Amino acid sequence: MRSIEAIRADFPILQREINGAPLVYLDNAATSQKPLAVLRAMDDYYRLHNANVHRGVHTLSEEATALYEGARGRIARFINAPSSKQIIFTRNATEAVNLVAYSWGMATLKPGDEVLITQMEHHANVVPWQLITQRTGATLRYVPLDAQGTLRLDLLDTLLTERTKLFAFVAMSNVLGAINPTAELVARAHSVGALALVDGAQSVPHLPVDVQQLNCDFLVFSGHKMCGPTGSGVLYGRRDLLEAMPPFMGGGDMIREVRLEGSRWNTLPWKFEAGTPAIAEIIGLGAAVDYLADLGMDWVAQREHELVRAATERLSRVEGLRILGPGIEQRGGVVAFTLGEIHPHDIAAILDADGVAIRAGHHCAQPIHDFYGIPASARASFAFYNTFEEIDRLVLALDKVHAVLGM
Amino acid sequence: MDALYREAILDHYKYPRHKGHLDSPDITHFDHNPFCGDEITLELKIEDGVVTQAAFDGRGCAISQASASMMTEEIIGKSLEELKGWSKEDILELLGIEIGPVRLKCALLPLKALKAGVWGIEDADA
Ligand SMILES: Cc1ncc(COP(=O)(O)O)c(C=O)c1O
Repeated sequence: MRSIEAIRADFPILQREINGAPLVYLDNAATSQKPLAVLRAMDDYYRLHNANVHRGVHTLSEEATALYEGARGRIARFINAPSSKQIIFTRNATEAVNLVAYSWGMATLKPGDEVLITQMEHHANVVPWQLITQRTGATLRYVPLDAQGTLRLDLLDTLLTERTKLFAFVAMSNVLGAINPTAELVARAHSVGALALVDGAQSVPHLPVDVQQLNCDFLVFSGHKMCGPTGSGVLYGRRDLLEAMPPFMGGGDMIREVRLEGSRWNTLPWKFEAGTPAIAEIIGLGAAVDYLADLGMDWVAQREHELVRAATERLSRVEGLRILGPGIEQRGGVVAFTLGEIHPHDIAAILDADGVAIRAGHHCAQPIHDFYGIPASARASFAFYNTFEEIDRLVLALDKVHAVLGM
Repeated sequence: MDALYREAILDHYKYPRHKGHLDSPDITHFDHNPFCGDEITLELKIEDGVVTQAAFDGRGCAISQASASMMTEEIIGKSLEELKGWSKEDILELLGIEIGPVRLKCALLPLKALKAGVWGIEDADA
């Protein structure tokens, strides 16, 4: 394995200073930093191969198409999808959820049907289902949280019924850090005949994910949280479902034939990719999954587990600090916390003065904060390139928060 | 940070002036900032078009709470007519800091509560 110093050297931004101090980047759940391999792949594309894809017969267009479709193949292998036709490119995880909601949901859901989600969802996996169930007359239900910040799985028997058409849930919470038993939840959904959509926005970047082993019907994730560029996202779907679903958006690239009296759709995956895609970004995402695959996702998960273990131990000794969510065995690299009555914005602003970047707010997951009866929390989230020294810097900066704002 | 959390702001945050409630206020207005969860309830007593007493209650970040404390201190004795012309600049002058767009919402929440409470004006950014 390469040293952490060598790995950090792959990420130019980690050399930055913020307010005179070396950057400590602990906002990885919001977006990760990008290694040189990704920056170079995008730069090379624009310098050497830039052309539209699937259009021209000229050399550049063929090169661009090969790079773009090559990325699809790498991403399929990264999550062990049976075929790259099952990898649909979107802008981000949010758009991928919306694709399923508007295409599958509008065509399928009827009054009396139910969609089950959970109280720990990111708004990306809440709001589309609120919109679609309102439009179709279906009912939206939630799996509540228990006191540890894990799902009330004891209620699944009553919440999952033959009325449930879809169980959509997050594999790893971006606030609680909770890692859900994804394969088990998929099996529970299937046992009542429901489909399972997994929000992998936090799991695909940080844990080994194998869609065939999970047996999920849909998986969504965002490239920018996994060392890739913004504007690159993925929907993985079961082949027969994707074949049967109507298009989400209409336009160029997604059609085989357009006549004034109607059109015929292109085959998978292009049926769902209307218009010129984010070519450079998808090529960048292809480089990102190569980078992660070289590190090895088992190593990434192990490294981040060690970091978060050290962080929770150190943080729990900070006076007045309360960590949200489950214990270390069920936790990925996310630690959201409150510090007495001090507002998270003040915490984040004072940490920023020392170069420590964390997030403050509700992290697009208001239902979780409602559950705890708090408006917001502070969140440190880790990536494999973080170090134990950076955890020390975080704790030192938190002591300063006490010194500045303590009563 | 040192710019944002200057002494006067910390002082108003830690020892807020006029925090609490008035007996039978003429105007009571609750406002909040759902993005960050700052909350303010502003109470005023008005006589002959002049603010004679002001109080606030709330919770939130140091900027929003210090801004409320400073504003209540400042508006007592002022006429509504004068206050109606208050803008973002008046609050920033009180706070005495430069503020980025994200935290501006925190700083302006008390003014927003004042404008909405007295005149029903919803947009105090102007
Ligand atoms: C669990 C989870 N789901 C979905 C999303 C949405 O990702 P994006 O904004 O890239 O669509 C996020 C991003 O914060 C997330 O953490």
